[in-house]
Amino acid sequence: MLKKTKLYDEHLALGATFFEFANWNMPLHYGSQVEEHQRVRNRAGVFDVSHMLSIDIHGSDAATFLRRILANDVQKLTSGKALYSCMLNPHAGIMDDLIVYRLSEDSFRIVVNAATAQKDLGWIQNHAKQYSVTVRARSDLAMLAVQGPQAIPLLQAVFPEQLYKAITELKHFHVLYQNDLLIARTGYTGEDGLEIILPQDKVVALWKAIVAQGIVPAGLGARDSLRLEAGLNLYGVDMDETVSPLESNLAWTIDWQDTQRDFIGKEGLLKQQNKGVKHQLVGVVLLAKGVCRQGMSVFIPIPGKEDMLRGKLTSGGFSPTLACSIGLARIPAGNFSALEVDIRGKRVPAKIIKPPFVSKGKGTLV
Amino acid sequence: MTNIPSEFKYTKTHEWAYRDEDEDFITVGVTHHAQQRLGDIVFIELPEVGIRVHEGEEFGVIESVKAASDLYCPISGQVIAVNSALNANPALINQHPFDAGWLIKLKPDDIADLDELLDADDYAAAVEEEDSD
Repeated sequence: MLKKTKLYDEHLALGATFFEFANWNMPLHYGSQVEEHQRVRNRAGVFDVSHMLSIDIHGSDAATFLRRILANDVQKLTSGKALYSCMLNPHAGIMDDLIVYRLSEDSFRIVVNAATAQKDLGWIQNHAKQYSVTVRARSDLAMLAVQGPQAIPLLQAVFPEQLYKAITELKHFHVLYQNDLLIARTGYTGEDGLEIILPQDKVVALWKAIVAQGIVPAGLGARDSLRLEAGLNLYGVDMDETVSPLESNLAWTIDWQDTQRDFIGKEGLLKQQNKGVKHQLVGVVLLAKGVCRQGMSVFIPIPGKEDMLRGKLTSGGFSPTLACSIGLARIPAGNFSALEVDIRGKRVPAKIIKPPFVSKGKGTLV
Repeated sequence: MTNIPSEFKYTKTHEWAYRDEDEDFITVGVTHHAQQRLGDIVFIELPEVGIRVHEGEEFGVIESVKAASDLYCPISGQVIAVNSALNANPALINQHPFDAGWLIKLKPDDIADLDELLDADDYAAAVEEEDSD
């Protein structure tokens, strides 16, 4: 039996096409994925992302504990700020990627992927035993993402005046938290917008109020093509426990500043750095018609040699903004500018770029 | 509910074939059900005019946001036209699968082959069977 979010009946009434995602029955689209994608890029859309799990970590050791289990450093967060981090295993394999919000001095919330939620929770609880913290899975909460250049202006009528004013003053990666309502200026689309976490019994009313403002419901199909254009990795396809952040275009998320800090995975990362990182994750733009997709092989020519280096597309799809196909590929380390994608037996030329492909609604390619 | 016009003929692979009265060619496309299952169509690869195509064989590829699917020829014949409007606007297949979203026109080797295809009722039953899987 697949799990449903509190908004299932709303999605049904809106004519959603559903699909299974990490044991949840989630809306894929409400008619046209491409249209929803473009509405988010040009105006605003709302996503039900209640399948993601909030985990609250509270106690006098909360910061110390998170500095141990996360590769990024929560030390730099004052209350009301958030950051993106990987959680690593001792070999520096990525257990999950997540956002951590600092709600107060000794209280944090992390939001983890649906597919890894139970694994993460077990890992966190296990490691928490040596610390003075409580770990609480908040499956009682729902989560919406309102994304797009007009998302915040269009929300004016949805919130009380004072709260709305505070929202407009929120900086990127800052968060408001009151009475179990969390509002953060974060997202997974490359656009401005908010992520809102609230008790499940309040989410239907909020969803209806947001949709009533002309913010279109968007499914997880559009969410995937938006995040790919924004060059944001998807856990489980672009990275997993077999690769480190160094091989996943996420070196910037590792905080080395405090040399005294001993986080899980640090040793693995150092070992990898000493031996030399063997792989990299790059952006791929297809130069001919067709669509490159996850799992396809890529071939990189080496000047003066007949042999080609090999790699694999970890994500691939059609970019509505660029009107061509884009993807992420894991290839051997090195400085390359072009490759070929094997699309059902045909070698199609592509160029290599550093993501994102799209920024603030526009293509980043010349 | 899927739309299955009764004046069209169908394949189990979700193509349709249609012969206008007194014409000696047929028009080929994919069904409403097919486009619905594929989702937004983003690219289409069609044969060149003049090429011979064979019943049950691939004559092109349709790429949607979800996946690539081969197109199978309903009956053998020669391609006499391809829908070039689809290059700029492949979404026509989603919007109007049975008219503006047509794929190719072909001159059949034997127009009687058309009678071997599924009629609307048979196709509706095939779709239903597939959905219940």
